[in-house]
Amino acid sequence: MSQQQSTPPPKPTPIPQQDNEFYWEKAKAHELWLRKCSDCNEVYFYPRDISPCCFSRNTEWIKASGKGTLYTWGITVRPPTPAFREDAPFVLAIVDLEEGCRIPTNLVGIPKDPDPEKMAAHITHGMAVEVAFEDRTDAISVPVFKPVDS
Amino acid sequence: MAELKNAAAIVGAALSDEMGKVPHKSSMQHHAEAAHNALKDAGLTKDDVDAVFTAGPGTLQLAEYLGIHPRFTDSTSVGGSSFVIHIGHAVSAIANGLIDVALVTHGQAGQSSRGRAGGDPTAMGTQYESPYGFIGAPQNYALAGNRYMHEFGQERTRDAWAEIAMSTRKWAQLNPRAYQRGDMTREDYDASRWITYPFHLFDCCVVTDAGGAFVITSLDRARDLPKKPVKVLGFGEGHDHGIISQMPSVTSLIARETHKQAFDMAGITHDDLDLRMIYDSFTYTVLLTLEDLGFCGKGEGPDFIKSKTLGPGGDFAMNTSGGGLSYTHSGMYGMFLVVEAVTQLRGEAGDRQLDVCNTALVHGTGGSLSSGGTTLLGID
Repeated sequence: MSQQQSTPPPKPTPIPQQDNEFYWEKAKAHELWLRKCSDCNEVYFYPRDISPCCFSRNTEWIKASGKGTLYTWGITVRPPTPAFREDAPFVLAIVDLEEGCRIPTNLVGIPKDPDPEKMAAHITHGMAVEVAFEDRTDAISVPVFKPVDS
Repeated sequence: MAELKNAAAIVGAALSDEMGKVPHKSSMQHHAEAAHNALKDAGLTKDDVDAVFTAGPGTLQLAEYLGIHPRFTDSTSVGGSSFVIHIGHAVSAIANGLIDVALVTHGQAGQSSRGRAGGDPTAMGTQYESPYGFIGAPQNYALAGNRYMHEFGQERTRDAWAEIAMSTRKWAQLNPRAYQRGDMTREDYDASRWITYPFHLFDCCVVTDAGGAFVITSLDRARDLPKKPVKVLGFGEGHDHGIISQMPSVTSLIARETHKQAFDMAGITHDDLDLRMIYDSFTYTVLLTLEDLGFCGKGEGPDFIKSKTLGPGGDFAMNTSGGGLSYTHSGMYGMFLVVEAVTQLRGEAGDRQLDVCNTALVHGTGGSLSSGGTTLLGID
């Protein structure tokens, strides 16, 4: 049992597909890139070859500033799977990016406490955040966000 | 278009034999038992059924297991709201003369199969949300509920969630098949452990093994069957996203649209309702749904709830079975909304029976606050 407790199983990692392998390649290099519809200039997430706004194939990749604000968040106390056992409690977040789209992520850099209300005292809706990257495997790094001043 | 209002009626509805913790039964057994019980209730046999509807495992697996060769098949699977949505689909087919008897079933070993499910690794949720721990409903719904607290006030939202949890438990105490029937005080609610902040345990539904089924046929045929027909008065359905991060606003449900068609078709208003069966995966789901169905304005839910008595003997009968919060929640809960509405409309609800119940609203929410189905039911 103690052995089973020692190392949590790996967290889920994306399996890059043709429509997002560029996204994950750039994330590996610690850059956040987004897809933009060239017909109407809307920047959207998640990446798709054909834009959800105009259903257009006329799309391009742009490099994001990495800045945004916290749309909403929650603190997972009970880990959803054993992979997140050692992370809990941790902050789930949805960030409004400066470019105008919304991205699911984690808010990092918040002092960890078994009482989520104490963690919550450090977090506000609308707070300024910026991208950072967590290396998960040799091939995958995921964009996470941290408070701008931390 | 064929007239849909009063074209068809629910003529049988039932649950699976055992509910709650049933580790010895598969999901398909719950489907079959509920189907068997519902057909018996309807005074019909399997051979009368020419259309099958289910969600989760599709109708291929279901109809084979039941031994039915349908000529109409519908596996619309948009989360726990699916079975509410199936009603409209069945009524449309009946009104157009395509089918005669529709069987809608649900069965899910929600508790006993926990952690067994595997997902498509290329699905959008798996790729973009799961790596961050957005896994399972409590995570996704808590994110949304927290935004509501920010927009409309933390304390009043908390009070509303607690009231929903406590009054739903009071109804469950009157339901012998309810999974959680113990007393719940405000202190109990506040002291229940955190699952995902801002959700306490008592903001979250129970997780059970359970099944349910109902049978729909034309109103003409329904009149010749043993039970009083529960007429389908109106319905509406829709969805506006799949995964939570793509929800246009996490404080606005598609219920804002689905109820309009339902009420228009039925030609009734909110004031005509005796019972509201509102999907309660979480306390927040109920608060949001009441607003988007138009019982009150956006952000007014907490005051509305404060002004009503939701529990037994009150002036706003809702979730009289004890809901997903206390009675049963197998994962795709919508089936149990329909079965309870039928039970109340027929006057068969025992200790929890409403004095007057002629018109009921059923609203299912599925996915990550993604899909919605409103159905209005009535009895003569």
